[in-house]
Amino acid sequence: MGKLASLFFFAVPIVGVGFCYWALTNGYNFPVDISVTGHRIDHLFWFIAALTGVVFIATEGVLAWFVWRYDGSRNPDAAKFAHGNHNLEVVWTIVPAATLVFIAIYQMNAWADAKMRPPDMDPTVEVTARQFEWRLRYPGADGKLGTRDDVHHVNDLHVPLDTEILVSLKSADVLHSFFLPNLRVKQDAVPGMKIPVWFRAMEPGTYDLVCAELCGWGHYKMKGRLTVESREDFEAWLAKKYQEQSATQDAPAEEAKSEE
Amino acid sequence: MSTSVAGGHAPAQERNIWQRTKHTLGAYWQPTKQFLGTYVFSRDHKVIGIQFLFSTLLWFLVGGLLALAVRWQLAWPWSDMPVVGRMLFSAEGGQISPEFYTMLFTMHASIMIFFVIIPILAGAFGNFLIPLMIGAEDMAFPTLNMLSYWFMWPAFLCMTASFFVEGGAGAAGWTAYPTLSAVAGAAPGSHYGQTLWLWGLVFVGVSSMMGSVNYLTTIIQMRAPGMNMFRMPMTIWAMFITAILQAFALPVLTAALFMQILDRTLGTGFFLPEGLLINNAEASAGGGQPLLWQHLFWFYSHPAVYIMILPAMGMVSDIISCNARKPLFGYKPMVYSIAGIAGLGFIVWGHHMFMSGMNPALGMAFMLSTMMIALPSAIKVFNWLGTMWGGRLRYTTAMLFAISFVSMFIIGGLSGIFMAATPVDIFIHDTYFIVAHIHYVLFGGTAFGVFGAIYFWFPKMFGRMMNEFWGKIHFFLSFLFFNGTFFPMHILGVGGFPRRLADPYHYETFSHLLPMNQFITICALGMGATQIIFAANLVWSLFFGPRCGRNPWHANTLEWTAPSPPGHGNFDFQPIVYRGPYEYASPETDEDYYPQTQPPPEEAVAQH
Repeated sequence: MGKLASLFFFAVPIVGVGFCYWALTNGYNFPVDISVTGHRIDHLFWFIAALTGVVFIATEGVLAWFVWRYDGSRNPDAAKFAHGNHNLEVVWTIVPAATLVFIAIYQMNAWADAKMRPPDMDPTVEVTARQFEWRLRYPGADGKLGTRDDVHHVNDLHVPLDTEILVSLKSADVLHSFFLPNLRVKQDAVPGMKIPVWFRAMEPGTYDLVCAELCGWGHYKMKGRLTVESREDFEAWLAKKYQEQSATQDAPAEEAKSEE
Repeated sequence: MSTSVAGGHAPAQERNIWQRTKHTLGAYWQPTKQFLGTYVFSRDHKVIGIQFLFSTLLWFLVGGLLALAVRWQLAWPWSDMPVVGRMLFSAEGGQISPEFYTMLFTMHASIMIFFVIIPILAGAFGNFLIPLMIGAEDMAFPTLNMLSYWFMWPAFLCMTASFFVEGGAGAAGWTAYPTLSAVAGAAPGSHYGQTLWLWGLVFVGVSSMMGSVNYLTTIIQMRAPGMNMFRMPMTIWAMFITAILQAFALPVLTAALFMQILDRTLGTGFFLPEGLLINNAEASAGGGQPLLWQHLFWFYSHPAVYIMILPAMGMVSDIISCNARKPLFGYKPMVYSIAGIAGLGFIVWGHHMFMSGMNPALGMAFMLSTMMIALPSAIKVFNWLGTMWGGRLRYTTAMLFAISFVSMFIIGGLSGIFMAATPVDIFIHDTYFIVAHIHYVLFGGTAFGVFGAIYFWFPKMFGRMMNEFWGKIHFFLSFLFFNGTFFPMHILGVGGFPRRLADPYHYETFSHLLPMNQFITICALGMGATQIIFAANLVWSLFFGPRCGRNPWHANTLEWTAPSPPGHGNFDFQPIVYRGPYEYASPETDEDYYPQTQPPPEEAVAQH
């Protein structure tokens, strides 16, 4: 029984590491990172994985080894009448404590940059999360939100490439969460609050915008798309959206003549 | 009783119909009262503990079935569910609807946390073991104890009823964040279902608070002579510190629950800001803050997760030491670690809220405290390994589960470090990485520890042994299927796979993760099926298990000196404690165990 049991426990680190290796080499990994700062998150993850991986293999290995070695039915030695070891306790208190404090300090900058140091700029777009869609509002040519030339759109978020983007995140009804997997961005949208979210996208393309906080039965389908494109394409798209929007409502008097 | 008739007891032929009825029924009153007092409203801690045990195991079944339904949807989304589909979802053609999905994961978690894990640890094992292990004849407050069990029943009724009211059961997650939970129009389950959910939890909280007052008083006041605090088994230390956690944290949850009930029923605005437009209707109240709920809720619910593991840690220490025939390694560090986990547990709640919109500087503070709480857990793991080192291990089912507690807790604990790192949490928050962590500590940790405790203390509870062969089959299959179910979830989380989505596969980012989800579901079904073996073993052994004596495991602690099962008053002698609970392989005695109540040999008397 001891042998069988220890095989089971040895399987934990072996299959655990093996499964992770298989997964990483067969297409299971972080989504593609197109941001400037996202690599810090990925790096921190792998750093912690390496540290915890070592501890995982060591402790599980020791556990399985003890299950094998100290089988009472096969082990002729008497059990050790030991109540503890003061020096060991000190060592295995101080070493993990120091490691944990190190990890804590190591990551502080990444957190501050991601959440505590917004860029000093006007918002590029205001995103209002709502059951079950993402309402977008771009400031128009005047660069100010809340004026007649704002462009209103739903779900189809466009941003210019290689530009600092500041999103002003709001919610109309319940909690939602603005999750851009490919930019390593996540921020809850809270009704009654206006929260800044910033990123810079470096690869053109279309990416998922996922709601990551339960918001009701439609939470699973609160799907947006992020399109990253060149500045010219972005401006052209924005202008086109403005035109489409104005076609169905009264345009300001000066522009009425240029509509048709 | 028969003299209760006004004017005294008339002779038989002169009684009217009312008097004759009362006289006849009176003959049944005494035996009924006795039956109710002994088996239903018992004030004996052992009966109450067993009542908790059976109730929680039944809810374990319900919670498990709900989980299997969640897994079904994630493996074969929108497909016709076998057997249950026609019965429950005929209007939708046999498939789980999106609304029902939100109810499924909400109730799975709520039931598992509040009706299974918390009551089985404190209510079942705390109740049964505390007086026995400290040498007391019962709890300090037996009537309060009986009430703490019976206050669970209104909770059971509220939660059950919530499935059948308009809109169905609560569907705002077990975390019940407003405004989704607080506004009736925001979700179908946020009509009466959510109110019933809140009341259910109020009753559970009252039950737990009653229990914790009882446990604290009993442990402090009713220990047998010679049982000083540092001679108590780890199970008792764990139950003691858990009771402190319950007593301090629950009032905050109870207040928050009432605040949400008021928001929902009386139009107060504790958690509702102005300007809401839910389902095209304006909310009537305002001036509140959704984040306030999160702070209050997590102020309790974080200590709650330690409430849900510390008793199992204590029991595992006792089981490992006994089955390694060796003293517990580092008794005092183990006690201080439990105290450290509990103390630190009060200052880490914000790590559930890193993405919530609270001030990110708070995130920094909570990150530091959360990193530190990994330390006492690590110390405990090392001491369990130290207990096994150099022992003569006996691979009973209880021991196998106890060792697997350590093995699975290592994984659960290490995965916690990733989410303590706030930048990493930006990505893995609300993904399956968190789900993996939760289940490794609560299932691989606590539930496996509970299984071990059931195999270990069943003989004391019922005077019979459970079947060891089928116990080991239960262990091996559970271990296999558990890891097959939850280990891949770490990988899903790395891919960003979100929680609580009825169908994540229409996102490009997650569409390739379906096969892994199907593998997980198949393992989950296997794990569910394996528990049939456990249930069968338990029920069979209750009636046909081989009878055992007082101490089938040759253990040291006091409960093993009482009869199996103990009668009222527990001990048929006055226990006197001479030493700590872990004196296995002691040179002072020929046996490899040395019960706490065994008097020392003559020459050593002076030293004790």
